[in-house]
Parts: sequence; C-alpha cells; structure tokens
Amino acid sequence: MIWNPNKECMSRDEMSALQGKRLHKIVQYVYHNVPFYRHKLQEMDLTPDDIRTIEDIVKLPYTTKKDLRDNYPFGLQAAPQSEIIRIHASSGTTGNPTIVGYTRKDIGVWSECMARSLTAYGVGRDDIFSVSYGYGLFTGGLGAHNGVEMVGASVVPASTGNTEKHAKLIRDLGVTGIACTPSYALYLAETMEQIGITKDMIKLRVGAFGAEPWTENMRAEIEERLGLKGFNLYGLSEIMGPSVSYECRMQHGSHINEDHFYPEIINPVTLEPLPKGQTGELVFTTLTKEGMPLLRYRTRDLCALMPGECGCGRTSVRMTPISGRSDDMLIIRGINVFPSQVESVVLSMKEFAPRYLLVVDRINNLDTLEVQVELRQEYFTATFDTPAAIDELRKRLADKLRSVLSISAKVQLKAPNAIERSQGKSVRVIDNRKLK
Amino acid sequence: MTLNQLSIFLENRAGTLTKVLDLFKQAGLHIIASSIADTAQYGLVRIICSEPQRAYLELERNGVAVALSDVFAIELDERPGQIAEIVRGLSEAEIGIVYMYSFFIHGKGLLFIRTDKTEEAREVIQRSSLRCVPEKELPDWVV
Repeated sequence: MIWNPNKECMSRDEMSALQGKRLHKIVQYVYHNVPFYRHKLQEMDLTPDDIRTIEDIVKLPYTTKKDLRDNYPFGLQAAPQSEIIRIHASSGTTGNPTIVGYTRKDIGVWSECMARSLTAYGVGRDDIFSVSYGYGLFTGGLGAHNGVEMVGASVVPASTGNTEKHAKLIRDLGVTGIACTPSYALYLAETMEQIGITKDMIKLRVGAFGAEPWTENMRAEIEERLGLKGFNLYGLSEIMGPSVSYECRMQHGSHINEDHFYPEIINPVTLEPLPKGQTGELVFTTLTKEGMPLLRYRTRDLCALMPGECGCGRTSVRMTPISGRSDDMLIIRGINVFPSQVESVVLSMKEFAPRYLLVVDRINNLDTLEVQVELRQEYFTATFDTPAAIDELRKRLADKLRSVLSISAKVQLKAPNAIERSQGKSVRVIDNRKLK
Repeated sequence: MTLNQLSIFLENRAGTLTKVLDLFKQAGLHIIASSIADTAQYGLVRIICSEPQRAYLELERNGVAVALSDVFAIELDERPGQIAEIVRGLSEAEIGIVYMYSFFIHGKGLLFIRTDKTEEAREVIQRSSLRCVPEKELPDWVV
C-alpha cells in the first residue's frame, strides 16, 4: 500500500519541477523572514530570483549545527511565534539545545510523512501500534504518534521505560506494531524471555526502527526474536523528526520524502556535491517547512543516495543506511550526545580537572554511558573525607550531565592525573559497542 | 586538641595504595594508625602518621589527592569502658560521629574520632575522664 501515490510515485521530471518550484518559494520565504539567511545570500550576491530550478540549489550556502547554536533559541525561526504550535528540542553541541518550532502546517506535513512510512511498513487502521520512542522534547515519540493516528491505527503511547509492563501490554492488547530504537527492540525481546512471554503469545508483525544506526545482523536477530518484520525509519529533528525517510517492503534503502526534504550528498571536507551512488555527508533542504526552514543543512550523517528504481513502485530516491558520522556525535539510547556537551559540564565544576573520558558500551542491549573525570588535587579538601561527601559530588555532576544530555550517565571519579593523556589529538571517547 | 589526619582519595584498583605507602617509606614517615572507607569505585584512606604536615607536602608534591582533616586522638589504657564513655557523651550531646577507628597494644591505645561538631565535641571530651593526645606527641607513639 502507498499512502500518497501522487507524490510517492511521481515521475522524476514532475518531481524535479515541483522541487524547483518549492525551492524558489522557500528561498524567497527565508530571504524575507530570516535575517540570518538574508545576510548570507546578500553576502553571496544572491537574490531569491537566482534560484529557479532545483539544480540552482548548489548556489545556496550551507547551514550547520553551529548556525543553529549561534542563533539560539529562535533566530532561525521564520514563522511568527503566533503561528508556532509546538516546540521540540534536541542536543546542541554544547550547553544549549537545538530548538525547532513547528507551525500547524508543519505538524500536518510531518504526520503525512510518518503516515507514508507506516503505510509502506504495512500498518493500517486495524493495527494496534505501540510508540516506544521517548515522548517529550525528543521528536521520536510525538512524531511517530501523530502518524499512527493519521493512518487510523490505535496508538499505544508507551514511551520508554517500564519495559516489563510494556511487554505485558504487547501481549494482552495484541499489539501488532512497534516504533522504537533497534537496541530497545532487542532489550524488549530479552525482557519478554525473562518473564516467560514467548513469540507465539504476541502478535507483533511490524517494527519501525530508527534514531540510531543498526545493521542487517541486528535486523535478522530482532525479526527472529520478536517474530516481526523490521523497517528502517530515519529522521532528525532539525529537519523534521522521524520519517524524513523510510524503508518499503523491499527493505533495500530508505525512500526520502523528497517533495518535502531535498537531499544532497557532499564531500564533508571539500563541500563539493557528489554524484549519486557515492558515499558522503547527507545534506537536506526543507522545501515546505514554515516554522524553521533550513537551506542545505549538513546532517553529518554519512550515506549514499541510491541510483535506480525500486521494486515497490515508489519513484522517490532512496538512501543507504547511515554508515557513520563526519563529526564526533554519539548516539546513545537513541539520543544524540556530543563530547563537547560533557566537556561544558565538566568545565563548569571547579572540583574536576578539565579532562574527561566517555566510555560507551552496550550491556544486555542497553547502551551505557560512563563519564570518567579527575578530581582536581587542590579541591580535594577535608570536606571530602567521607564516601557520603564524595558521592554527593558525583551526584551533582551526574545530575548536571543528565539535564544537559537528556540521558543518565554513570560518573566514575578518578584520582588526579589518572586519565591517560595521549600524544596529539586527545582520546575522549571509547566506544565499546560492537554493531554486529 | 585535635590533630591532623591525612585523608587520601584512591581509586579502587590494584597498586594505588602501594604507590602511596612507598611515598611514606621513601620519606621515612611512620604510620601509626590507618583505616580505609571503601566503595566499589574508590577508597578513602585515613592515616595518622608521625609527621602529618611533612607527609601532606610529600604526597601533594607527588600528585596524590590528599587533605588534612581534624580528628580527636583520645588516649586509652587498660580500664574497660573508656570508648563507651566517649561515645555516650557525644551521643547525649547529640553530636554525630562521622567515623572512628582505634588501635590498642601493650595496655595502651588511641581512639581517633571525627565528629560533625568539633567545638561541642571538644567540650564533651574535656568534661570526660580522658585526655586527647596533641600532634607533637605523635612521634612518641612510634615504638
């Protein structure tokens, strides 16, 4: 089934024409409503009239995460505040999060994109669908939720946490579909095994997995243990949220909703656009967004756009699975974490030396984050000569980390100078997770 | 009335304590009493030694997380009930004991106490039948 054949199966010529028209309009819109973009275009001696076709996109400037940070919180917002009906936030590279405001139309587009994804997975009005992405500032929960409502399935807003209760609900309600991170799906399978819920006691048949990289081996394992078919769901909050692209039943690349999000692949070093089929950094331009439209936003995700047609009948371009990042961002339990965020927290507490080490691992299919910090010799005073006082200090750091990172981290206190210094570029992250 | 105890932060892994003890040995410092408060992650080593100030400087110079903290060192002899007398006195005055440890050998010993109210604890101890050992007497305890 295809939710919107008019758009998802458009001829390539029609699609290019539509994208060109929308690009011209969005450039005009940001030129008049976002001083940041107006100045950038003026510096490059460009006016919206220079952008007529989709090929003209290469003339436009890139937008980076740093631009979002520099314009925190609402600097890149194009719509007046009265038109904004929802605000989400995702991790920034340092203290401030990235703020994204959505107009009513944006939420409509997002829901439609999510509905297209779910329909491609085979989800319809007869399904009972559990959304197990976090609800809240993170776009995963509410984004998927709106799409499930749009296709008319019964949504179970399970969110994250309390996995045992969730497993029982899946069995008792006869839940047929689930949206979550692939590692959570494995954790759920494990929990079910522990409490004696077997595959034949549940009705799960569709999984929408995303928010973190995963592999074909993980897919095979999840499908085998939960008895469902697992599909990729890709997105990022700066552009929209989940459903920027989605897999179809062919499970071979994710179709991009390119009537709304125009993709390019660039060389992350030279910033030159790369031809189809080559792997590089994924860049998106939002073609219809009103709240916070972005021109050529550098996602830092590495992948390729796939040439050729898809057997499912959709004509929209597909992207390969994300193979890595062109920056140091980590994805932990589906949440984006930048080492620089940890650094800003550690630097804000005088008791610790300005050095740290992040150790990421996956234990029982759950990502763990340990932050190692060094006690600063001169701040170790008589006040700290009891475990209670030291634990209070650890807790203070852990609380700050949680509030900045949106995930909890275990704080490991090290003695002064205990964190190894390496020659040259310092090693700040040890990622022991093996994507098998 | 109190004397200086060394409090040392050590990671809970093999070899960290040896490094510290070697520093004492190299500097010719005698350890009179010690105790360790340990957690899964780290340990706090408390040491009473012959020359706390010199030990502090020596450890600090070698990058150890060390602090000097005030503890009472109460002299004990063979009469039973002395520790009970102190603890009762503190508890009646609603003074909390943060930690304590002791040693006893050949009919005499020392009880080290850190309380949460140093001034009030001082009065309790003064009213008792017991005596606090000043820091300058510590070398006498190295037999």
